[in-house]
Amino acid sequence: MSATQEIDYGTPASAALDLVTLEIDGRSVTVKAGTSVMRAAAEAGISIPKLCATDSLNPFGSCRLCLVQIEGARGYPASCTTPVGPGMKVCTQNQKLADIRRGVAELYISDHPLDCLTCAANGDCELQDAVGAVGLREVRYGYAGENHLSAEKDHSNPYFSFDPAKCIVCSRCVRACEEVQGTFALTISGRGFESHVSPGQDQPFMSSECVSCGACVQACPTATLMEKSVIDHGQPEHSVITTCAYCGVGCSFRADMKGEQLVRMVPDKNGGANHGHSCVKGRFAFGYATHKDRITTPMIRDKISEPWRVVSWDEAIQYAASRLKQIQAKHGRHSIGGITSSRCTNEETFLVQKLIRAGFGNNNVDTCARVCHSPTGYGLKTTLGESSGTQTFDSVKQSDVILVIGANPTDGHPVFGSLMKRRLREGAKLIVVDPRGIDLVRKSPHVKADYHLKLRPGTNVAVVTAMAHVIVTEGLMNESFVNERCDVESYQKWKTFVALPQNSPEAMAEITGVPAEELRGAARLYATGGNAAIYYGLGVTEHSQGSTTVIGIANLAMATGNIGREGVGVNPLRGQNNVQGSCDMGSFPHEFVGYRHVSDTATRTLFEQAWGVPLESEPGLRIPNMFAAAIEGSFKGLYVQGEDIAQSDPDTQHVLHALRELECLIVQDLFLNETAKFAHVFLPGSSFLEKNGTFTNAERRISPVRKVMTPLAGKEDWEVTQMLSNALGYPMNYQHPSEIMDEIARLTPQFHNVSYAKLDEMGSIQWPCNESNPDGTPIMHVDTFVRGKGRFLPTEYVPTPERTSREFPLILTTGRILSQYNVGAQTRRTENVAWHDEDRLEIHPHDAEVLGIADGDWVGVKSRAGETVMHAKITDRMQPGVVYTTFHFPHSGANVITTDNSDWATNCPEYKVTAVRVAKVLQPSEWQKEYQSFSDDQLSFLKNRIPAGEKA
Amino acid sequence: MDNNNLVKMANNIGQFFKSEPDHELAIQGVQQHIRNFWEPRMRKQIIEYTQHGDQELMDIVAEAVKRIAEQS
Repeated sequence: MSATQEIDYGTPASAALDLVTLEIDGRSVTVKAGTSVMRAAAEAGISIPKLCATDSLNPFGSCRLCLVQIEGARGYPASCTTPVGPGMKVCTQNQKLADIRRGVAELYISDHPLDCLTCAANGDCELQDAVGAVGLREVRYGYAGENHLSAEKDHSNPYFSFDPAKCIVCSRCVRACEEVQGTFALTISGRGFESHVSPGQDQPFMSSECVSCGACVQACPTATLMEKSVIDHGQPEHSVITTCAYCGVGCSFRADMKGEQLVRMVPDKNGGANHGHSCVKGRFAFGYATHKDRITTPMIRDKISEPWRVVSWDEAIQYAASRLKQIQAKHGRHSIGGITSSRCTNEETFLVQKLIRAGFGNNNVDTCARVCHSPTGYGLKTTLGESSGTQTFDSVKQSDVILVIGANPTDGHPVFGSLMKRRLREGAKLIVVDPRGIDLVRKSPHVKADYHLKLRPGTNVAVVTAMAHVIVTEGLMNESFVNERCDVESYQKWKTFVALPQNSPEAMAEITGVPAEELRGAARLYATGGNAAIYYGLGVTEHSQGSTTVIGIANLAMATGNIGREGVGVNPLRGQNNVQGSCDMGSFPHEFVGYRHVSDTATRTLFEQAWGVPLESEPGLRIPNMFAAAIEGSFKGLYVQGEDIAQSDPDTQHVLHALRELECLIVQDLFLNETAKFAHVFLPGSSFLEKNGTFTNAERRISPVRKVMTPLAGKEDWEVTQMLSNALGYPMNYQHPSEIMDEIARLTPQFHNVSYAKLDEMGSIQWPCNESNPDGTPIMHVDTFVRGKGRFLPTEYVPTPERTSREFPLILTTGRILSQYNVGAQTRRTENVAWHDEDRLEIHPHDAEVLGIADGDWVGVKSRAGETVMHAKITDRMQPGVVYTTFHFPHSGANVITTDNSDWATNCPEYKVTAVRVAKVLQPSEWQKEYQSFSDDQLSFLKNRIPAGEKA
Repeated sequence: MDNNNLVKMANNIGQFFKSEPDHELAIQGVQQHIRNFWEPRMRKQIIEYTQHGDQELMDIVAEAVKRIAEQS
């Protein structure tokens, strides 16, 4: 096996349908019209030397190395910028071309350090390859002339270095930053000999606008921009295609390996979701997988006030099973449950819910999607018939109007954010509905929001319903679509409802804070601007009316006919890598895999026959219900795989109270996370690099996760679940995760045709993939809705019970940041802390001034639920009256403040609206002091854990 | 579980379905939602709550809970 060297065709593929036949070096070649001569040659297996061209970027024609001769054409055109023509006769190699290319290469090399043997790119350098190809043997000018060899290196970025001495000023990095990433952080400064790559205004990379996506590093043909991990470890010797374990974009990556050492992660240009692009997390932040904090041995203890005892896998599993059995014997079958993880694979998630339903004998299974996208599941299933987004990411390339509501794609889903920005630069219109000035509005060059509706937190339903009012009362609906595709009776009811005067933008303006004319303009643009697509995130779902907003969004799409084709649709941007998958896999307490209710006798019979045990027909407890039942005393045992509910769930003090009440908490994770500090059994988890399986991204794309190194603790996560199940007396005997997927496929209509063999063949598959759609379904609801007729529902605005008052005059809303991920367990253990090393409270300058707060001050943030302290960051991207923070660091206690309010349909917590007061303080909150003390004790129990074989 | 919390959850469901103009369909909506998503312990407790004469439930919710009780 060797490191994968992907073929670089030099210029992007043409999207044209027409074909053109030409002759290259005497061979007849047929390609798509619009293809460059360079690419046509490459597709025919003919290599033309190049330096400034790469197939991820538009041709530039600056290096002059790819010149060719074309019969009848003047001079020597650059093959990268010359499109093919019918009957064209191209010569790529002759003496004249060789002389020209050698002369060009000679100039490059005359100003290049000749340290090839010790250069980090040795063996993977396009300059080296090009110079070798043209046969340069001497540099007639010598090396003593003016040069750039002493240019200062920039090591400021933690993941890559910049050595301008090796730069050939091909502009590939600059163009990658512009075209692929859309940040425009790099430029070529100076002219002629002074030309050089400049981050920002000749700043170090870390001081510039660079977001460290790695596109420039990937584009660089020399060692000028080079991963520090390659500098440290050398060139990889084999590669494995796998899937990123960060956000819901689900980027495909090439893991470049040296034995079991991961040298680097390179975005796979064949990846269906990312097409060769990446972000700072997926590209670089993999160091957590081998971090010293990883726990690699099972541990147990009787009480959480005792040190951990290291035990064998067998002892840990037997201990866990025995305690769960004792609890069920004493408190009943329904006194235990489990939580599946959106960070784990489909196969692992499937197995955990199977263990709970078949092994525990109840339906007390839930997943972390409860606290993020459960309203998406409810809202889209109710209206469209399927709990999933409707499009591919690539669909945005056909959008004319993009409506982003409650999402921050450049931070939360950065690779898709880049694709969206690219479409916006091409001219698509943008509507942003968000209380904050997100980067899409403020910091995206050549992107301008046509409308930014700065609504008050908690008023999404009012905005969406007012938009519907405009569409209906101004006759902007697509009624031929509605009449053909939707339930007309429900449409009429909805139409009557939204047309009521109280739903007009004018009537709603006082509630939403959005000027009526702006809202009317946005609604008209959405309804009449061509292909209109809605993208939404947790700013929609994490509200007391989260499900209602999702329903309202689906109503808008159906009423305007913006569903069922490219460029339109309803697109939930999923937070974690496998949120879609964990929901698909039957993680919710009321439904089996494939979103079938447990009360459905036919479905239950199918599973009972497959699993050989009777199954419950009643829904089980949701996560917040589990907490309530634990405090009340009827829920005593919990198995948590790969989640950190103590940090991620709202109203921390309530959650911790519940965890303390448990008689047995089993945590399976990479680290001793906040939840594990309350655990009695710790089962070491395996990272995405250490196991096989699949993730399903926000566009329903099932992608393979491939094992590239031996699990540090010796077991893949699915094996651990299987051991626990066997110890509990419910036999499982899978030999490989592919067998679990085969079972999923057998039992799930949407997955009938999915298999590992098919995934290997296709690379990835978008479900439904079955007899009707044998190769998957990129766009859903094309001819008919999954539920038959699309169903409209009225969406009455109901104010959240969380109100501001004299005591709590500000609204706190929470969110994420580019460099950190979820509870930060992974990214906090990487160099990403260089960008974000603590959660801060963002506050508008006006509020700060009134409260006497300066940038960087310690401020107490107090709500009706609790109080915490963090540093203030003054920024005008907030609106007055609204403050914001992230929740990536446990000690910042963002969820100490959030309340127990939740979505009416799904109990998804209302993270986005908490009334608070903010004041300058000098010390941490009482909660933080208590947390620190408890956490210190728990870390000492870990540090002083009793070795295996010794007694306490 | 805490009765106040259950009542709040039930009324939140009622707030959504009350915009259904057909009163009967609104009650059925609440009934079906609680039936589909509430674990039996929670249903039992909200039934007991109504049977003890405590009444902070919206009308359509109280009616839905009554029907659930009759079915159990």
